[in-house]
Amino acid sequence: MIITVHHYLVLSILLFTIGAIGVVTRRNALIIFMSIELMLNAVNIAFLAFARWNLLIEGKMIVLFVLAVAAAEAAVGLGIVISIYRNRQTVYVDEMRLLKG
Amino acid sequence: MFEAILFYSLAAVAVISALLVVTRVNPISSALMLVVCFMATAGVFAILGAAFIAILQILLYAGAIMVLFIFVIMLIGTDPADLKRRQMTFAKILGAAAAVYLAIVLGLAAWRPPFIAAPMAGDAFLSPATIGKQLVTTYLLPFEILSVLLLIAIVGAVVLAKKKI
Repeated sequence: MIITVHHYLVLSILLFTIGAIGVVTRRNALIIFMSIELMLNAVNIAFLAFARWNLLIEGKMIVLFVLAVAAAEAAVGLGIVISIYRNRQTVYVDEMRLLKG
Repeated sequence: MFEAILFYSLAAVAVISALLVVTRVNPISSALMLVVCFMATAGVFAILGAAFIAILQILLYAGAIMVLFIFVIMLIGTDPADLKRRQMTFAKILGAAAAVYLAIVLGLAAWRPPFIAAPMAGDAFLSPATIGKQLVTTYLLPFEILSVLLLIAIVGAVVLAKKKI
């Protein structure tokens, strides 16, 4: 029973899909953010699996950059959530329908 | 054999906690489950020979980002009575079905031979020193741009969250 790169890819696909389901089905903006972090994490697994099987250091470097960009994205995103909550007193995205026709 | 047991147990923890993240109504439970998921993923990173990334994952995600999330949840104060109940709509079911279809297509595309075990990794691949050297030689420009991006993100977050500037 050997673990091949395919096993890691399937794990990555599963986590990515669960994150995508979270983004399309949840209404709480905070949980949508958490699902996006989940998807970024799934992509990191795929990068590291390919790096390990091809013995390339580039995969690790890209994961490092993804981690840093995810941190920046989370900070700005949560700033937006706080700002929306202050103006609208809600974090549910279905109540933000000012532009909806 | 040992690697297989480790991989399957970590993968099971990661997938189950990820499912709990997207199904809990209370965001605090979701955030705590996400910490569990990130810990399991850090374990997967470690068995992929990226111990440095695994430690960074725990420090950055489980340490910094999740504290930020829980801080925001506490700040906006979620009274359990105010939480909306789950509801099924046609659009949600369609979206979830499309995501599952995406997973099946990607899985079928990825599951192709050759099925080979990982090649032996040398010290240069495993050691964090290589990452450090690459960061200040080949990846110097992206690294510097990244530091500027983080500065912009910090200033932007402060401006967005502040009442009066």
